[in-house]
Amino acid sequence: MAADPKGYWRANLRLMAVLLVVWFFASYGLGILWVEPLNQFMLGGFPLGFWFAQQGSIYVFVVLIAIYAVCMDRLDRRYGVGEDSQDGSDPARSEP
Amino acid sequence: MDVQSWTYLFVGLTFSLYIGIAVLSRVRSTEGFYVAGRGIPALANGMATGADWMSAASFISMAGLISFMGYTGTIYLMGWTGGYVLLALLLAPYLRKYGKFTTSEFLGDRYHSQLARLVGALCTIFISFTYIAGQMRGVGVVFSRFLEVDVNTGVLWGMGIVLVYATVGGMRGITYTQVAQYCVLIVAYLVPAAAISWKITGNPIPQLGFGGTVSEGANAGRFLLETLDALHRDLGLPEYTGAWVPGKKSMVDVFAITGALMVGTAGLPHVLIRFYTVPSARAARWSALWALVFISLLYTTAPAISAFARVNLIEDLNGVAYEDVPDWFHSWETTGLIGFEDKDGDGRIRYSGDPEANELRVDRDIMVLANPEIAKLPAWIVALVAAGGLAAALSTAAGLLLVISSAISHDIGKSWLWPSMSEARELGLARGTAAVAVIVAGLFGIYPPGFVAQVVAFAFGLAASSFFPALVLGIFTTSTTKWGAIAGMLSGIGFTASYIIWFKYVDPTAGSDVWWWGISPEGIGSVGMLLNFAVALVVSRFTEPAPESVRALVEEIRLPRRAR
Repeated sequence: MAADPKGYWRANLRLMAVLLVVWFFASYGLGILWVEPLNQFMLGGFPLGFWFAQQGSIYVFVVLIAIYAVCMDRLDRRYGVGEDSQDGSDPARSEP
Repeated sequence: MDVQSWTYLFVGLTFSLYIGIAVLSRVRSTEGFYVAGRGIPALANGMATGADWMSAASFISMAGLISFMGYTGTIYLMGWTGGYVLLALLLAPYLRKYGKFTTSEFLGDRYHSQLARLVGALCTIFISFTYIAGQMRGVGVVFSRFLEVDVNTGVLWGMGIVLVYATVGGMRGITYTQVAQYCVLIVAYLVPAAAISWKITGNPIPQLGFGGTVSEGANAGRFLLETLDALHRDLGLPEYTGAWVPGKKSMVDVFAITGALMVGTAGLPHVLIRFYTVPSARAARWSALWALVFISLLYTTAPAISAFARVNLIEDLNGVAYEDVPDWFHSWETTGLIGFEDKDGDGRIRYSGDPEANELRVDRDIMVLANPEIAKLPAWIVALVAAGGLAAALSTAAGLLLVISSAISHDIGKSWLWPSMSEARELGLARGTAAVAVIVAGLFGIYPPGFVAQVVAFAFGLAASSFFPALVLGIFTTSTTKWGAIAGMLSGIGFTASYIIWFKYVDPTAGSDVWWWGISPEGIGSVGMLLNFAVALVVSRFTEPAPESVRALVEEIRLPRRAR
């Protein structure tokens, strides 16, 4: 398909905004701002806010980057801006 | 075999491995020396980034710090991992697409300004030297404790080994040694952690044991964290899991420090440069993911170790008569990292939140190093920890040396002082500056400036308030101008540096009541970053717009597609 750099950039910014909101919410929100109210609940032996601060937020970060990497691969293909693969792992050769 | 023989064996084996890798991957071009020929696969680069990032501080000091801070230790856990989200989404793929060799070079091209590039190069050199001093010291400490040599002899050994593999192998040598070092350090971290977790909670996975129940002793059947909170209450210390309790940092300060560390992470030159070494923008994104996966293995284990070590420490020592203390206490007592002062003369150790009554002095650094001994693990595990600590310190030191070398030989030498220099001469200069930098770093390790611990706040604060905003604006806006970026960087650095210098050196006794907005010098980089963004955006409105070539550059780096 024809390359559409403008559409690609808009889609990228949208994805980024969503992921960064979650990033902020999970770390600064659950781990810092609301840590005390959340600590009233338990997750196994963890007070919930404490768990988010010292464990959960880090898992969320990993998941966010994973979603980003997968979605960006799709966007690269959909908007026809992907690169010629040189690392041998890109099955999508979508450029015209 | 005793601990020392095991340590010689492990250290000998790992060092030969590092040298072997360096010789196999020696380089002959500047592209090979600076960015490993851009041929590193995403997964390998992720591992190398993990080792590059996790320093002596992460490996040796962090769990111990958290152990004494409880909830507040979150600033390191979130601060030193959350930055990778910013790195992956905002910087890594675009800097890789831009290509070339250094971060400062991007600033120079995007803001068509040699001045911007020089400011960047000087920040790189300053940040990296402050960081490296701690690494060389870490090498010395590990050597002196485990091999019973003088700290300075240890530093010299470390210098020698880094000198060989950084100057011969350049970025390629460093990358593959870092891959090996990651494997060594993560095994060395996880094995004792699993053993301790299993011992205390009956669950070998530390991340789960952390939230499990204590399996034996007076507190059997009780949750580990609940036990820890109770022990703290009995000693008159703030509760371990408590957040905004007296004696801990305030919410606004925790917020600011976490922010400064996250943004600083995303702006550290030795981390950014790692993403230049992969083949493509796509590989840079995946590589950021792998990096955080590998880093989070250690970072989710660390707070568990902190809690286990805390319980062990209190239960092993508090109320125990001095002649009955375990052997590990005496072996660390000789290093001066732990000490007992019998204030009330009853011959028993009293650990207390009240500084007048407290009789136990513990250096935070021993929590990880002594942990296997405290938990009575076999000698080979203790030795493994020594090899892991060395791997963590050496891998970070090597990464830092390389960015110092490329900042001097490429950003200052080639682009400013001697533009007509041939590639062979530049490569020679790069090797030479790397060698000189090793020696300077070693001197920092042998004669540690008293301010080393404090300057880490500097490194992150400066990275957060200088590079990050300039890079993000450079990629995501075309309207930010040369003078906008330069004014932003200078005001960000100027503000952050003045605040840190004032409250760390001029008036170090001042506390949260006089800090602006209650933010400590460690967290002020967050404010400096916001100031940088604000100044850059305002000044850009009133200065001459960037030329068309800059717009083309920005549009080019936003797309992964290769130019043809």
